[in-house]
Amino acid sequence: MPFLGSLASAFILNTTSRQLPVFLAGVVALSSVGLSALAYPYVTDGNVLRFHAEWLPQFGLDFSLRMDGFAWIFSMLVTSIGFLVVLYARYYMGDDDPIPRFFSFLLAFMGAMLGILISGNIILLSIFWELTSIFSFLLISYWHSSAAARDGARMALTVTGIGGFCLLIGMLLLGHIVGSYDLDTILASGDAIRNHPLYLPTLVFILLGALTKSAQFPFHFWLPNAMAAPTPVSAFLHSATMVKAGVFLLVRFWPVLSGTYEWFFLVGLAGMLTLLLGAFFAMFQRDLKGLLAYSTISHLGLITTLLSLGSPLSTVAAIFHMLNHATFKASLFMAAGIIDHETGTRDMQKLSGLFRFLPATATLAMVASAAMAGVPLLNGFLSKEMFFAEAVETHADSVLDRILPYVATLAGAFSVTYSLRFIHTVFFGPPPVDLPKPHPHEPPRWMRFPIEILVVVCLIVGIVPALSIGPFLETAVASVLGARTPDYSLSIWHGFNVPLIMSLVALVGGTLLYMALRRYLATSEDGPPYFRRLRGQRIFERVLVTVSWRWARLAESRLGTRNLQPQLRWIVAIGFTAGLLPLYLAGFERRPIVFSQIDPAFVLIWMIGMALAIGAAVYAKYHRLAALVMLGGVGLVVCLTFVWLSAPDLAITQLLVEIVTTVLILLGLRWLPKRNPDLGDVMTLRSRFRRFRDLLLAVACGVGMTVVAFTVMTIPVPDAIATYFLENAYAQGGGRNVVNVILVDFRGFDTLGEIVVLGIVGLTVYALLRRFRPAPDSMEMPEQQQIQNRFDEEQPERSPGDMVRDYLLVPSVLMQWMFPVILMFAVYLFIRGHDMPGGGFSAGLTLSIAFLLQYLAGGTRWAEDRIRILPLRWMGAGILTATATGAGAWLLGYPFLTSHFRYLELPLIGKIPAATALLFDLGVFALVVGSTVLILVALAHQSIRINRLRAIEAARREEA
Amino acid sequence: MELVLSIAIGVMTTCGVWLILRPRTYQVIVGLSLLSYAVNLFIFGVGGVKSNRPPVLEGGVLASTLSDPVPQALVLTAIVIGFATTALFLVVLLAARGLTGNDHVDGRNEKP
Repeated sequence: MPFLGSLASAFILNTTSRQLPVFLAGVVALSSVGLSALAYPYVTDGNVLRFHAEWLPQFGLDFSLRMDGFAWIFSMLVTSIGFLVVLYARYYMGDDDPIPRFFSFLLAFMGAMLGILISGNIILLSIFWELTSIFSFLLISYWHSSAAARDGARMALTVTGIGGFCLLIGMLLLGHIVGSYDLDTILASGDAIRNHPLYLPTLVFILLGALTKSAQFPFHFWLPNAMAAPTPVSAFLHSATMVKAGVFLLVRFWPVLSGTYEWFFLVGLAGMLTLLLGAFFAMFQRDLKGLLAYSTISHLGLITTLLSLGSPLSTVAAIFHMLNHATFKASLFMAAGIIDHETGTRDMQKLSGLFRFLPATATLAMVASAAMAGVPLLNGFLSKEMFFAEAVETHADSVLDRILPYVATLAGAFSVTYSLRFIHTVFFGPPPVDLPKPHPHEPPRWMRFPIEILVVVCLIVGIVPALSIGPFLETAVASVLGARTPDYSLSIWHGFNVPLIMSLVALVGGTLLYMALRRYLATSEDGPPYFRRLRGQRIFERVLVTVSWRWARLAESRLGTRNLQPQLRWIVAIGFTAGLLPLYLAGFERRPIVFSQIDPAFVLIWMIGMALAIGAAVYAKYHRLAALVMLGGVGLVVCLTFVWLSAPDLAITQLLVEIVTTVLILLGLRWLPKRNPDLGDVMTLRSRFRRFRDLLLAVACGVGMTVVAFTVMTIPVPDAIATYFLENAYAQGGGRNVVNVILVDFRGFDTLGEIVVLGIVGLTVYALLRRFRPAPDSMEMPEQQQIQNRFDEEQPERSPGDMVRDYLLVPSVLMQWMFPVILMFAVYLFIRGHDMPGGGFSAGLTLSIAFLLQYLAGGTRWAEDRIRILPLRWMGAGILTATATGAGAWLLGYPFLTSHFRYLELPLIGKIPAATALLFDLGVFALVVGSTVLILVALAHQSIRINRLRAIEAARREEA
Repeated sequence: MELVLSIAIGVMTTCGVWLILRPRTYQVIVGLSLLSYAVNLFIFGVGGVKSNRPPVLEGGVLASTLSDPVPQALVLTAIVIGFATTALFLVVLLAARGLTGNDHVDGRNEKP
């Protein structure tokens, strides 16, 4: 429900009205309170309200919610304080603040918090847990223009986020131990968990989650920094709800995790240290909210300590104190917010004597802080009394347990001191001087209202505990402890016993301490003595910087490189290892080497092929053309192999691709720099070593490939999918050429994707070349053309350019004449493709070669004067045809790309197959033509463009 | 047959790997082409090596004795895609050459 509210106020984000979002949030919060209250009859007497929906059943994850008494009392707390905070925020927020955003976050946070409380699945709980971290981040950074808010929010997010991650790990471990993520199941299997070998890691991870969230030592430092948030947020998140989530979790898992020595030691140590240090730090804060933040930390430490004791009675005290603390601390935060709002400062050295301006607020704050100090007749007294009683009892015999009463009393005295300080410095003494807002006055009636409510609750609970909170607490406690629920008494007067003496000692000691420190506090700088320099925040930031900046830089400089060669080397090496490792681990089956059945001719062509490959490798540096020719030679050998080994389709495609690639690279060669073996390039020892290493790697890869290839080829081919294709190609695809049927029919969707890739490549090439600028040393005319032009100039009867034009005259005439023949051949390849080797790919390549030859024969200008090819239209038509063919199947109620076939009787030609696959192939054909021609033409156009560039260059030179 | 083919694949792989580790862009493009030959032949070889049994259905030939059409279809697409990548790489190479003024793979001649 709060989530819906959050969404709703996100929709009215731009509203200018200040009332609407408040109204919305108020209604949502209030109805949540109502809903929670209505659920009460269902959760009394240890009953549980459940809601269940399947979410990811295959992982055992369900969206299940369960509400027991404990969750109920917490839900009431969250929703009702949430409502009061909404009311308070209405008056607190400034005129310029974007209100809807605030309420949207606030409600979303409330939803997440309720999610934690009532989720019945621990993974779900973890998710809500993270959500609270995120929304608290958003809320703390609400005033995002202030650096303190940003830093505080980031720190809170980092700390609680890491904690949340640990919690998730802990939850997964817990689920692993129990075998279910369901909370009920887990709560029922406490013994199994405690005796499991994974108990300790589980405990540690869950504790990390809980302690970071509840700001326990040593993770307490984020909370004071989070005080940069607007005060309603502090009151809601940092006193009443979010920080309580950690202790809530501890209580939740108390039945299954507690009772061991590890639990007592870890939780107790953290709790006691937090209790003492928090109270100590709180005394020395100058900032009002800082004081309250540290006191919150201290009180949470108290709760944690109580939980660590492991006795049922102390758990009762812990739950009770959670409720009490939430009420008085939220009211104190709101009071601090009012003071800040009215005076413009929260510095306690500036504030004084405010009682005469804010009598009502002052009275309320005094009562609340008396509750905080544990003064009798207030709720804080009761739970503190219970704490003292438990502290005196011995639970686990250790030093930690024995010093607990003294620690407790000392911390109690500290809390009296800081409560006194809060009241005395702020409200009494001489009137304040030089306040940022000079005339403080009482806030609006309804801004004070939430505080009044909370304080009244403090009083009621404090005076008549058994009547007011008693039954609800009973419900909550029973749901956690079940049969172990102890007898406890909520009365104020237990007789004159040890806890009462401790309370008195604390009250008197705290007052004396305040008197002693008063003078010092009035002038001292911010922060506690001795610890001032040791700032958790500083340490945190240093760690962050080290991890995210120094180490990252180190890793980058050590492990990273911007050079391509080392990267490729690593890729190859890792690829080689990845290939070798499984073979090595799983054992490698040696295949016998057979020399029979080897055709000497086949050996011979591959001898040539291998020689050409090595030649290409050697010559690629200084003799590019030679290397290209050799590469083409290898391609031809591969093509022959395909013919030999019954793959005619591959042979045709390979041959055509070979032609096109060679032409393409030839066109590109002209723009590469000249490279001469005689110039420079001294071989250092280092580069020799590098070459040797590369060669070793290459040979290793080669040998590996040989072995693997040989093994794969000699292993008998299992009866795989091939048989299916072979048997069904004609029956279902209507074609005899199985390869083509696979391409255009069975695997038509792959082919569609592939031609799209081809089209994209064509466009990319075109785009890249549009802005192409040759390097300065390639600007000049090629050497051969220069010689030819020089020859023309020397002969009197020739004019310059004749030679270039007449160059290769006979071949070019031949090429022009070949045009229709090749065209015809392309059509032939295309039509026979479905039954015989051929098809759209090869036909398309053939046609583009036909165009290409015209460019080669007559030059770009000549060719474009005569034929206008619009590659983009070809490509578009191709893709459209292919897709439309596929989509056509939809119209007839078949899945995409289902093909249909029949034979057509054409006059003169005879029977030709007319499958819809043929139409698809037509699309492939058109796209291949368009794309190939686009690439080649774009490259060929560079020699025209360069003339223009040259002219521009020359004009510029003349001007200069 | 298999032996010859696998040795040929090995040699082409060696040359290809050696070349893609070289510093000049042109060497890399030649190396990639050689590698793609090797890989294509390898994939093709996975389906078994048969002579005179093209996967074209004709009357009187038992379908199951024909050579495996699946690797062939795969290799056919691989050849075409290989062409596309070569073209793209060539153009990137040219653009890099035009922008940086040299043909080193990192765009600058390293001086260690």
